Amino acid sequence: MTRITSVPAAQTSMLRSWTPESLRAEFPILQRPVRGKTLHYLDNAATTQKPRVVIEALVRYYEEWNANVHRGIHYLSEQATHAFEQTRTTVQRFIGARSSREIIFTRGTTESINLVAWSFSRRFMQAGDEIIITQLEHHSNIVPWQMVCEERGLKLRVVPLTPEGELDWEAFERLLSPRTRLVAVAHVSNVLGTVNPVQKIAELAHAAGARVLVDGAQAAPHLPVNVQELDCDFYAFSAHKMYGPTGVGVLYGKEELLEAMPPYQGGGDMIASVTFEKTTYNVLPYKFEAGTPNIADVVAFKAALDFLNQLGMEEVAAQEEKLMEYSLQALREIPGLTIYGNPAWRCGAIAFNLDGVHPHDLGTVLDQQGIAIRTGHHCAQPLMEWLGVPATARASLGIYNTAEDIDALVAGLHQAREFFRM
Amino acid sequence: MSDLRDLYQEVILDHQKHPRNFRVLAEATRRQEGYNPLCGDRLTLYIKLSNNRIEDIAFQGSGCAISMASASVMTEAVKGKTVEEAEALFHAFHELVTGQESPEATSAARPPLGKLAVFSGVREFPVRVKCATLPWHTLHAALQGRQETVSTE
Repeated sequence: MTRITSVPAAQTSMLRSWTPESLRAEFPILQRPVRGKTLHYLDNAATTQKPRVVIEALVRYYEEWNANVHRGIHYLSEQATHAFEQTRTTVQRFIGARSSREIIFTRGTTESINLVAWSFSRRFMQAGDEIIITQLEHHSNIVPWQMVCEERGLKLRVVPLTPEGELDWEAFERLLSPRTRLVAVAHVSNVLGTVNPVQKIAELAHAAGARVLVDGAQAAPHLPVNVQELDCDFYAFSAHKMYGPTGVGVLYGKEELLEAMPPYQGGGDMIASVTFEKTTYNVLPYKFEAGTPNIADVVAFKAALDFLNQLGMEEVAAQEEKLMEYSLQALREIPGLTIYGNPAWRCGAIAFNLDGVHPHDLGTVLDQQGIAIRTGHHCAQPLMEWLGVPATARASLGIYNTAEDIDALVAGLHQAREFFRM
Repeated sequence: MSDLRDLYQEVILDHQKHPRNFRVLAEATRRQEGYNPLCGDRLTLYIKLSNNRIEDIAFQGSGCAISMASASVMTEAVKGKTVEEAEALFHAFHELVTGQESPEATSAARPPLGKLAVFSGVREFPVRVKCATLPWHTLHAALQGRQETVSTE
């Protein structure tokens, strides 16, 4: 069988010693002007841009391998299946999972969390049992739990935050009880950038007999993740936030839990045999992958993971930490600018407001300068309520961001101040 | 910044900083909420209707410059107007900022826009249209006697 490698060897040597500046050439979209200006893309927490290798992998899949997976007898189906399953083993290694059977492809982090919410609760939870989430969660790690709580008579508990925007540890320990079945927590906040000590959370939760789901959407693109070291029971993340295509998510789950959990959806691919009397389900991971999956995007996701592996996640984290330091320092010097949260470890996102300028107006002013940020509630309304603001601006970093992007942001913020004549 | 000046004209910046009719209207006969949760724009509109005429109108709320200025200019524009005249202005304003006929527009002649014309620049900023129209949809709902909170998102 032809081996499929998504990244040609020539790329490998080029990426061996890299800087954010040198990476920019790998991202076609960063070469296009926006509103006649150089694009300063600082909305990476929403979605990241795609390197050429990912775009090429997507095209190559449709040009050379397109077929349905796991069922065809013919050559192309064999090729497509091979490429699809190669991504699975690449993901497994990327997050340090024990087995590729623990890697389930979904549509995104949201679907991954929904899968656990419905399937885990059906198997392991009874009326009166409790689920713990935190004040800083994205709606995708709040609403699925509210839905199962309502349906199954479960209770939702919320860990409050310290004034710095970190988890209130004492409160968390108080909330843990023999009724706690699951703790669902973000690895990194999509607003404050707070990095939560997931390993410690898992230790405490496990001691209380509870399982842990980690929403890793904002961590997987920025930090080395090893699910066995973290010892979390589930880890969910999205390809599109880590330079891969949209429409692909991953759910990691410990094999013994996934084995015990019922399927989330029924259909093709997730069955072993079907009769009208009885249907038996397929083995892991296919039990949780009903229907034709998003083959092309899963295949191209491997190119993104290979790309990140070549950069090295330790190095990615180190480069981004430097830029985060630089950004915080630069933003703190702007009069009337409030940065939300002050966590000991901040990664990826900085939420802020400029006194007297509504974030929405700020977003428009910056956009005119080619600076892309996000404004609004960032799908974290309970966190906005805690911050006491209806909305914030948010700049979020990626591997191709440089000090120049931050300088442009700072200049844009000064212009906004001037424009609204503060 | 020339494009920004098209959007944020002096009148808009002035109304944002010094909103007119920004208060609670104790003798209001209609009270209507408008809320765009995605951007966080929120306003409460108070209207005193008497003999089919907007005798007084006021608002309170918080939001971006476009939504607040739009609410402020709107209260000035419709004060003293009959319900039909205010509705005609609503349709004219909708057309101004979207470039499209309002779905509920009648074939009646468009009233002169007057000061409302300063919002013509909004048309070039599609994501901001909902900010400019929130107060007007809130007004429309209030005049129709609807109860539920209005959103333009």
